[in-house]
Amino acid sequence: MTKSQLMIEVVTPFFLFFFCFPSSNVFSGELSVDEIVEKTNHISYYQGKDGRAQVSMTITDSQERKRSRLFVILRRDEQEKVKETDGDQKLYVYFIRPADVNKMVFMVWKHRARDDDRWLYLPALDLVKRISSTDKRTSFTGSDFFYEDVSGRAINEDTHEILEVTDTFYVLKNTPKEPDSVEFSSFTMWIHKETFLPIKTVFFDKQGEQHRVYEALKVEMIQGFPTVTKSRMKNVKTGGETLMEYGNVEYNLELPEDIFTERHLRKAPRNYLK
Amino acid sequence: MGMLFSFALTGASSATESAGEPTLPLGLEDKTEALEPELPFGLNLERKEPAQNFQPPAFAQHSILTGFWEARGGIRTQNDAHERDASLGETRLQLETQKHLRSLLLKVTSDFIYDPVFDHHSIRLEKGEGFIDLREAHILLSPLDFLDIKLGRQILTWGTGDMLFLNDLFPKDWKSFFIGRDIEYLKAPSDAVKVGFFTGIANLEVVYTPRFDPDRFIEGKRISYWNSSLGRRAGRDINVDVIKNDDWFKDNELALRLFRNVRGYELAAYGYYGFWKSPAGLDPVTSEAIFPDLVTFGASMRGKLFQGIGNLEFSYYLSQDDESGRNPFIKNSEFRNLIGYEQELARNFTVGVQYYLEYMLDYQTYVHNLPPGSKKADEDRHVITFRITKLLMNQNLTLSLFAYYSPSDQDTYLRPLIHYKINDHWSAETGGNIFWGNNDDTFFGQFEKNSNLYAGLRYGF
Repeated sequence: MTKSQLMIEVVTPFFLFFFCFPSSNVFSGELSVDEIVEKTNHISYYQGKDGRAQVSMTITDSQERKRSRLFVILRRDEQEKVKETDGDQKLYVYFIRPADVNKMVFMVWKHRARDDDRWLYLPALDLVKRISSTDKRTSFTGSDFFYEDVSGRAINEDTHEILEVTDTFYVLKNTPKEPDSVEFSSFTMWIHKETFLPIKTVFFDKQGEQHRVYEALKVEMIQGFPTVTKSRMKNVKTGGETLMEYGNVEYNLELPEDIFTERHLRKAPRNYLK
Repeated sequence: MGMLFSFALTGASSATESAGEPTLPLGLEDKTEALEPELPFGLNLERKEPAQNFQPPAFAQHSILTGFWEARGGIRTQNDAHERDASLGETRLQLETQKHLRSLLLKVTSDFIYDPVFDHHSIRLEKGEGFIDLREAHILLSPLDFLDIKLGRQILTWGTGDMLFLNDLFPKDWKSFFIGRDIEYLKAPSDAVKVGFFTGIANLEVVYTPRFDPDRFIEGKRISYWNSSLGRRAGRDINVDVIKNDDWFKDNELALRLFRNVRGYELAAYGYYGFWKSPAGLDPVTSEAIFPDLVTFGASMRGKLFQGIGNLEFSYYLSQDDESGRNPFIKNSEFRNLIGYEQELARNFTVGVQYYLEYMLDYQTYVHNLPPGSKKADEDRHVITFRITKLLMNQNLTLSLFAYYSPSDQDTYLRPLIHYKINDHWSAETGGNIFWGNNDDTFFGQFEKNSNLYAGLRYGF
């Protein structure tokens, strides 16, 4: 068989078959559910080696009364020596508003294999408090976002399945492996196919009713990373909602590891917080 | 604003038609279609965002003035023959400013107080008397990468105890603590220089105080106390008279802490050279209280334990002016030990427990040398503390109780507190300081007549 014969009679039909008649995930270009979940998790919490964002939160209760929070968050990923997968992280949250939390610092060493280490620094007392907490479903600073929404939920805590794939979204259903440890029965995510940003997440309570709804309201490309700069978490049950807006977002600032230590709880790293 | 991300909608529907895709269960199919979101601004070119007024405020302004205004009052719950009925009545304005001057940070925090209940004093900045209480006035600089220097008036805290102090030999304000001022006022400022060396192996902090900063201790002006010479409680009638150690550089203090974080476990070793912070002796001739020499050594560890945080701390107090224990007028050396545990038992509900033991060294010598008729102190003093904190109403309401209980002294001190954040500026709190004891001369029992309730309203800016 000549080379051109091989191309025409074997190779081309081979390719045509697989492109025109998509049948299996591998060859159609569709990703498996685990790959989608990993990519989404990476985009949500691990973009760049580190990052900084100024965050403004507006908490509105069911009577339209508003409270605000203003803080700067620094994040640094710990590079695992064995493989470059999304692992441990350190977070430094410097509060600015409201007045009673001004200059307080909340620091987390997030671990994949064990509970996080957390500290709270109270400047008026020069006190470095160690915070005990195994409950990640507690409200973050009184907002409708939970601690786990901000720091990230481990992907192996839920089983994931694809409900639907539309033109724009992967629609995933996530069910907790330990239902007693959480307040939801499942949550559904609409993940944007191109950027892997979760655009909407609905948490269903134990009765299957909508409890909280997260929506990404605005996305910007910052240093090549698609970033949600405005989002909202609505609590359908209470009628309250929290609007979160990010400003001055920057990635790969080369944050030194020693920022995430006691030294800088007492002495805020002004250069990086600007 | 960043670049808008453009993306092509191909309209291909191959994905949903591929074989093997699970069909949606009954009812859910309709739900998910109805719930499908719109693409946000930035991902959908056709959607234009309306003009925004919102700009996140700039963080690094060169001069920022913050603070609060507060009104606070308290009343005694029992009759105290030696004190007024009102335990507290003041309005306070705290102003804090920070200024960056090149690589230096200057910080000043000052309280301006109007106290119509108590006698006015001329301003004494070191004791915090008068209508100005200067809380902080210092500069902070890092001349080298691994070196931080903080010079001037500053609040300092270290150690792992919760309202119990072993290796924290920085001045405390017991007056404010017992009469219901904000917890911030438990710590009195130090006029000192703190130098910190930070390396990958370990960190060292050294605090040099050129002139002794004692505790703001109970002298009887607001709070009655047990006067051992008189054998009864005393207050405004007899204030504690002290011999002050106030020679610059001669009566100085040095405190050190060597610390390191090992995989989430905070380890530290401490040392102190100076004086007992509250009066711990008596001049037998003049009957004035004195602050004898003191040297301490200690260590601590804090980290994850079971589902919560555990801590362990101990300290050896060497009473240098009475090392043998023979002098009945000066406190003996002692050992202080602490073990604690805190855990979040349920959502927004945290409980902490501590066991503290103070034991006197050279006890037999002490007993042997006790003047006739003097009450013999216990060799061991045990204290157990509880802290219960509950957050409600989106974490705007805090209910808390801190309790000290001494099974050996048979006395107790309760600190209940309710704090409510009305909005971003206003907050209100009410609480109590309840003392009870079987005897009139034990550490908490002596303050029984000072039990009080207080309330405060604050506007923060």
